[in-house]
Amino acid sequence: MLNCFSSRILKMNARNYLMIALFSSIILGVLLCMVLAVTFGAKQLTFHTVWSAIFDYNPTVTQQQIIHELRFPRVIGAAVIGAAFAVSGALMQGITRNPLADAGILGINGGAMLVVALCFAFFPSIPYSLLMVFSFVGALISTLLIFLISSAAPGGLTPIKLTISGAVVAAFLHSLSTGVAIYFNLSQDLAFWYAGGVAGIKWAHLKVLLPIILATIILGIFLGRSVSLLSLGEDTAANLGVKTNRVRLVGIIAAVILAGVSVSAVGSIGFVGLVIPHISRKLVGGNYQLIIPMSALLGAILLILADLGARIVDPPRELAIGIMTALVGVPFFLYIARKVGRGL
Amino acid sequence: MNYLLNKDNKRAFIVTTVFIFISVIVVLLSLNTGTLKISPLKIIQTFLGQGDFESSTVLFDYRMPRILITMLAGIGLGISGAILQGLSRNHLADPGILGLHAGAAFGLIIFVTYFHSMDKNIALFIPLFTFGGGALTALLIVLLAYDRYKGLLPIRLILVGIAISAGFSAITLFFSLRLNEETYSFASRWLVGNIWGRDWINVMALLPWILILAPFTWIKSKTLNALSLGDDIASGLGVSVEKNRILLLAAAVGLSCASVAMAGGIGFIGLVAPHLARRLVGTMYQHFLPLSGLIGLIILVLSDTIGRSIFQPNAIPAGIVVAAIGTPYFLYLLAKTK
Repeated sequence: MLNCFSSRILKMNARNYLMIALFSSIILGVLLCMVLAVTFGAKQLTFHTVWSAIFDYNPTVTQQQIIHELRFPRVIGAAVIGAAFAVSGALMQGITRNPLADAGILGINGGAMLVVALCFAFFPSIPYSLLMVFSFVGALISTLLIFLISSAAPGGLTPIKLTISGAVVAAFLHSLSTGVAIYFNLSQDLAFWYAGGVAGIKWAHLKVLLPIILATIILGIFLGRSVSLLSLGEDTAANLGVKTNRVRLVGIIAAVILAGVSVSAVGSIGFVGLVIPHISRKLVGGNYQLIIPMSALLGAILLILADLGARIVDPPRELAIGIMTALVGVPFFLYIARKVGRGL
Repeated sequence: MNYLLNKDNKRAFIVTTVFIFISVIVVLLSLNTGTLKISPLKIIQTFLGQGDFESSTVLFDYRMPRILITMLAGIGLGISGAILQGLSRNHLADPGILGLHAGAAFGLIIFVTYFHSMDKNIALFIPLFTFGGGALTALLIVLLAYDRYKGLLPIRLILVGIAISAGFSAITLFFSLRLNEETYSFASRWLVGNIWGRDWINVMALLPWILILAPFTWIKSKTLNALSLGDDIASGLGVSVEKNRILLLAAAVGLSCASVAMAGGIGFIGLVAPHLARRLVGTMYQHFLPLSGLIGLIILVLSDTIGRSIFQPNAIPAGIVVAAIGTPYFLYLLAKTK
């Protein structure tokens, strides 16, 4: 009896150690990617310069200035926003039990984009923090719309219906924002937004973004236990004492905050929230307390690398970061869609 | 049975005649709209060769080509949607939703990247490029949505279409960001469905496609009837399923991609027009196919007129107006399907 018990503790310990090792190696990976992304770019810098820019900053040296004013905010921004999109996807996949959920595919980004376009049209000199709030409101409205539509169907909120109505609403919102852009002659300003890019992120943005995103991710981790139960099915969760409606509401709002805030900074970047949670689930299992932090870390890595790729493929020009994520995301979506479709 | 068919024929005939009248009115209305108002009476006079110089210049050199393109594109999109819905046995099928337009956009961007100009006779080749892109997408979608045991799965077709169109849009974005500013703004307007063809040469580029493919599909209506019942029933009725499916799919891709080449990526017409037509005259292809084309024409001409006249001074592309009507309709249909 005692023997059996202690062996179980041993097993659990072994699993815990494995997780700790996994997480620390991924955190190391994030740091490594950040250093790489700061070093490489249109202007090649040495590791030494990067090192001294961090620990011995001298504002008179141009190279150190480049690092401090351009590369740091950009790379940190990519990491934070990658994490935000990935966690938003993970929360939505868990709560709606829809393996195809992603803020881009479901049209949540589309709503944010439309409101951003309207802000550009009517209040061109709006401060960034207010733009962020508006972007969140847009994301919230489109989310409500999509959920209402697909839950009105007789079959209920099936993953496939949610995905299809999301995609169509996304296309519609996109064409509306293009309409706004054309009508108010904003095409040039908004083109940058559509393409999605972390190039425009400054320290001033990060000061607002960073606390909000980190706080929401931590909230997501606290929700993790309930979300894992919810992902097993509504009845199971309710029987185990989860307040399903409250968890669902808080979780979706957290996901929408993450997506809306990110869109206000970088435009619509799709597929991060689709791909990353699946990979995290493969790595750490079905527990959302682990999936959410793992998604945040992997999302950070993906977006840093995508941005790095976009910069170094054809310097000094930059590819749109959305293209890089679509390259990874489209085959992945097809693979998942095939798996989901098999259930039909 | 015979009596029923006769009754259906009569109904289809009456409804189609009514819609021809409506489309004539819509076209006259659209010819009338613009910076320079020309009264319907004067339009008819001008057509009969008795108009003054000013109104005949405005009509023949500026408005006619554009409206002809709008009409042809509306017909093409309406018929193409009807074919696709029959072939896939999926009432939500539409060339835009299935991703054919994203493929056509890819073809167009390739064209713009390598030929740099869209003027004069070279415009005749644009439909070929969009058709190439559309055909490539259709091939990819069919291959990916095909199940070895169950054949083409309707819902998977749409999911695959969404993914493929996201992929092609990314590639198109990649190319379009390399273009200069002027071409870029053309491309971004094109993508949301801006009827850009303004010259007779553009009409000539689109006309043969519609003139050949639309009657061809009408002749094939019996085959379409059989195919929309299912492969087994169709082959039981003596239709060679695979051959006809490929032929008709190619016709649908040709119709929609040629239309899109001149009118921009306009979605939802291929979805809405066949639905309305089916409601009005029933599910026989020989009845609702022409009507579907007519309804497509009416929707597109009206949308273009609205986009041009209400939103002054910067005209809104017709595709946005169509999307504003089409999206709620699609969602309504989606909510109804089990």
